[in-house]
Amino acid sequence: MSAYDLPNKEGHFGPYGGIFVAETLISALEDLRKQYEFYRDDPEFKAEFAYELKHYVGRPSPIYHAKRWSEHLGGAQILLKREDLNHTGAHKINNTIGQALLARRMGKKRVIAETGAGQHGVASATVAARYGMECVVYMGSEDVKRQATNVYRMKLLGATVVPVESGSRTLKDALNEAMRDWVTNVEDTFYIIGTVAGPHPYPMMVRDFQAIIGNEAKVQMQEDFNRQPDALIACVGGGSNAIGLFYPYIDDTNVRLIGVEAAGKGIDTHQHAATLSTGKPGVLHGNRTYLIQDENGQIIETHSISAGLDYPGVGPEHAWLKDCGRAEYVSITDDEALEAFHTLCRYEGIMPALESSHALAYAAKYAPTLSKDKLLLVNLSGRGDKDMATVAQMSGLTL
Amino acid sequence: MSFIKNLLNIFSDQNDAKKINRIATKFAALKSQNRKALIPFITAGDPNPEVTVLLMHQLVQSGADIIELGVPFSDPMADGPTIQRSSERALKHHVSLHDVLHMVSEFRKTDSTTPVVLMGYANPVEALGYAAFAAKAKDCGVDGILIVDYPPEESAEWVQCLEQQEIDAIFLLSPTTPQARIEQVAKMARGYVYYVSLKGVTGASHLDLQDVSAMLAQLRQYIALPIGVGFGIRDGATAKAVAGLADAVVVGSRIIEEIEKSPEAELLGNVGNLIGTLRKAIDEN
Repeated sequence: MSAYDLPNKEGHFGPYGGIFVAETLISALEDLRKQYEFYRDDPEFKAEFAYELKHYVGRPSPIYHAKRWSEHLGGAQILLKREDLNHTGAHKINNTIGQALLARRMGKKRVIAETGAGQHGVASATVAARYGMECVVYMGSEDVKRQATNVYRMKLLGATVVPVESGSRTLKDALNEAMRDWVTNVEDTFYIIGTVAGPHPYPMMVRDFQAIIGNEAKVQMQEDFNRQPDALIACVGGGSNAIGLFYPYIDDTNVRLIGVEAAGKGIDTHQHAATLSTGKPGVLHGNRTYLIQDENGQIIETHSISAGLDYPGVGPEHAWLKDCGRAEYVSITDDEALEAFHTLCRYEGIMPALESSHALAYAAKYAPTLSKDKLLLVNLSGRGDKDMATVAQMSGLTL
Repeated sequence: MSFIKNLLNIFSDQNDAKKINRIATKFAALKSQNRKALIPFITAGDPNPEVTVLLMHQLVQSGADIIELGVPFSDPMADGPTIQRSSERALKHHVSLHDVLHMVSEFRKTDSTTPVVLMGYANPVEALGYAAFAAKAKDCGVDGILIVDYPPEESAEWVQCLEQQEIDAIFLLSPTTPQARIEQVAKMARGYVYYVSLKGVTGASHLDLQDVSAMLAQLRQYIALPIGVGFGIRDGATAKAVAGLADAVVVGSRIIEEIEKSPEAELLGNVGNLIGTLRKAIDEN
């Protein structure tokens, strides 16, 4: 079998990906692609990226053996890749640093970003402050209400948060609005997309920046456990933390890749965000991928307890990994994720993000079916402090 | 009498559809009269599905040459707030691509000559399928289709389906389109080419006529088709100025604004007056 080498030069992963945008954006994307293809092999760029990840983000993030929880579950050993320990509390910063370094080299003085829960917005505002750039974050007005703390955090970091009133007033609409800003201000503005979606080269570029997760894991697994895990488990909204962990393992076919989507209130209800499990291929936000849509091709509002998974699309590379059978995609409900959130708090003293809790919940289902010598590596993509209000509310409390 | 006329219309329409390209015919006629085309854009189903066919006839009556009919979409990424709102109003009535095609066939019952161009986003087309959509569009009397987020790079199969049905594939060009792409578009485009005169989304202001003039001169080196200019045309003066440079003037957001602010009883009249004003200004050249 030949080594995995996608996307092709047109940005396609099989039938997925591509550049489905209006003519007004084509030259900006072409410029970005050329610049990225140059800098990704530039030793000076690579060295600066590595330096920032080490000294500013605090990498490498450790792999932690959740022994007490594994014992409680009574099956496979659960290992956690601790992206929650990164500066700003999630994997998002790996990507925003990479894109900000590229923006600086391209001479862009203004960065824009879309955000759902606010994690990518915070990570973008953080790097903009770090490198002295103006930052505008688009956020659905519904999310602005739900995520007041993160909105304030972005403001403290010097960013302008623009509430988006169009459409369903959530992440997808924030993305639409950020694209509109970019198209209007393309000369001085760099659009930092937060996940492995959007038009080529974004899915490839964001994946490459996030691949630090899987690359570190490969080395750490060998050092600490003298072997690679039997399966990798990660939550999938747009899918950046999952692809970051999976990508370096794609050619290691004895390692199972399991993506966990948000089943919300159940995939048989209309209130979920399980795109790969229930969606159909289509075109949105510049790429062809699976989408949650009605029979007329209109995009349907999604639901998840975790704002970071509440998105009707998914990265095109995940669509391809699903179709070609290399990765499997399962789903976890709000209730199951919430239970995993509480369990990890109690058994390991780690408060996971609700997004990551979906991956944990699947691990909790899967581990007991395996023998104790099996290793499951779960991407703990973010910490849960941001979710305390949501969790309290679900438990009938107000903070 | 009118029954016979209708019957004749339908009969001749069926014959014409196989042979005559309404868009080319229209531009040829305008050229012989030394006039420029006025192409209004409306969103199908805005403010409600019942008014659309009446509005299309009103546009023609008031001086429109070609109608661009927007297919509403939940995520109109390339449009500004005005056209986004029109899409949202139409989607409140669940207007689907099927419904839009049905509106065109209704329009065709009494207008067999005015070209109709559908304009929209990829996903409703993906949901229906290229070949099925193109065939149905032909049956309903659609003359051209512009899918905003199908750039030439992603369009090979799509354009082939349109060609099989003899529907014109309309493409966009922008101020940032480099020469190599202009040549590429020149090869793929049919009907007319739509030059987006501004960076940004629909409904933006600031139209720089000198820039437009310079760019059109460059485009014409490669593109033999008529060139329409849109984005930023808000009144008679801008319409007249653009008509002095381009082959066609495309007006969208300004018309949608008129629809938005008109009480239902005055909607047709108000839009008609606006089109009349634009028509008059364009013909002053």
